[in-house]
Amino acid sequence: MIAVELRKLVLSRRTWVTILLIDALPTLVGILLAVTDLGPRPGTGPAFLSAVLTDGTLFPLAALAIVLPLFLPIAVAVTAGDAIAGEAQQGTLRYLLIRPVGRTRLLVAKLVSVMVFVVLTVLVVAATAYVVGVLLLGSEDATTGATSVSGSSLSTQELAGRTMLALAYAMLCMLGVAAIALFLSTVVTTPLAAALGTMGVLVTSTVLLTLDAADVLQPYLPTRYWLSFVDLFRDPILWRDVERGVLLQGVYVVVFLGAAWANFATKDITD
Amino acid sequence: MIRTEGLTKQYGRITAVDGIDLEVREGDVYGFLGANGSGKTTTVRMLLGLVLATSGSIEVLGRPMPASGRDVLPQIGSMVEGPAAYPQLSGRTNLALVDASGPGGGRRTRAGRIEDALARVGLDGVDKRPVRAYSLGMRQRLGLAAALLRTPRLLVLDEPTNGLDPQGIREIRRLLLDLNAAGTTVFLSSHLLAEIEQMCTRVGVLDRGRLVLQDELAHLQRPTGRMVVRTPDVAGVLGLFDGQVEGQDGDRLWIRVDDPATLNARLVGAGIRVAELAPEKRTLEEIVLEAAETSGDRR
Repeated sequence: MIAVELRKLVLSRRTWVTILLIDALPTLVGILLAVTDLGPRPGTGPAFLSAVLTDGTLFPLAALAIVLPLFLPIAVAVTAGDAIAGEAQQGTLRYLLIRPVGRTRLLVAKLVSVMVFVVLTVLVVAATAYVVGVLLLGSEDATTGATSVSGSSLSTQELAGRTMLALAYAMLCMLGVAAIALFLSTVVTTPLAAALGTMGVLVTSTVLLTLDAADVLQPYLPTRYWLSFVDLFRDPILWRDVERGVLLQGVYVVVFLGAAWANFATKDITD
Repeated sequence: MIRTEGLTKQYGRITAVDGIDLEVREGDVYGFLGANGSGKTTTVRMLLGLVLATSGSIEVLGRPMPASGRDVLPQIGSMVEGPAAYPQLSGRTNLALVDASGPGGGRRTRAGRIEDALARVGLDGVDKRPVRAYSLGMRQRLGLAAALLRTPRLLVLDEPTNGLDPQGIREIRRLLLDLNAAGTTVFLSSHLLAEIEQMCTRVGVLDRGRLVLQDELAHLQRPTGRMVVRTPDVAGVLGLFDGQVEGQDGDRLWIRVDDPATLNARLVGAGIRVAELAPEKRTLEEIVLEAAETSGDRR
């Protein structure tokens, strides 16, 4: 079933349009930086963006930092929200279930397909950004490694390792979003409602994070530790928030996937 | 092939299906009739494990449903409430995806089975255009092709000729009868009485969630022992067959007789002019309406 879901993902035009749109923003930023040569001062703006003017190979990291907080979660909410509700709306859900595809298997296949979509998007963004960075932006210092957020210098190897960690962390955050959207997708009847519901949760979380009165809630909000992946580029790595983030996302994933399964496994399919 | 006992589905306080005992035998072409909203679709969905029954039991192909769905469903071809497909993909791709989704459809034979199924429903010449561009009739045929992909033992079809032109309806009817002759049991749900009357060997009639009738069609339509006579000389007939005339509607009389030939001879002998003389045959429509009315009175 997973193979079938992946085929559907690849055959869908929406997949590629979404990836193209997500890819366009960092590319635009890269071109603007190259043309104007005006980078944000170190410590301001999206992470790593100040460094890319001197070292273009860092641009993939900067591009991901641009895409991760906003574009990617929206894409995940739309894709995962479509998972069950979209099939139901098209009428294809009933034909899948009487084929028969086990309901649990279908949920798992949908989740895997969403995560593959995330990985695919990240890879495309990183690859494009690398090309843009090397071609258009500065290429000094490329061999001596990069400067960590704390000011010390990181070898290329260290940088690669930490980038992998950061990507894994971002994937987990997106898995949390996917779990919420997948749950809503088993509850509501239209994919739009599931996607909007998920975005509603994320926006609420983001707003509450800026509100001092919501202090007690903040450690439990889904977006609270999203940007903690920056801490992975400090010297030494500041694990505290990353660990909390992993734990929190883990709880969200377990709770919402559990709820999605409990709801879907016993649901009357009437559409 | 299908047997339910006391099958009931309640949505909140509404009872959609109320204790029905279906019995579909091997080799039947079973017509499942009922007005819109009578619970037909809910019943079909329960048979296939899409909707879970509130109470009662279901056996399909001799196995309990939905518990044995993994073994039973691959042997069933079905169409529930119209066909559905991924609109951006071609018909062939759609069939390939459906076939690859579950058990009972080998990969090596897939392309061949798809072409066979398309040919059976008259879609073999179809090009690569996406299903989005299909007409209603083509979608219906594609849905049927999907049901036929794995040569099922049982076909469960909901309004299979919906959206087809008369020519197409005839083709599909012949296809289903051919399949039945080859051993496939067909369970056909429809509100089109004429369609059921032409194809089915057994009928079940659902009215407001209750199964009000279930019998062989031939038995339901057996001769009633009455003759219908149309004549301008109504008074003459009434005099001749006093006590045997059971009904009158204008120049039409219903007469109970043992032997139609004797009736004819006596009418001719009495010099009565006869415009029409035929044994009474009840249409399925009359039978269904009567069954539904009786059940209405019971409430």
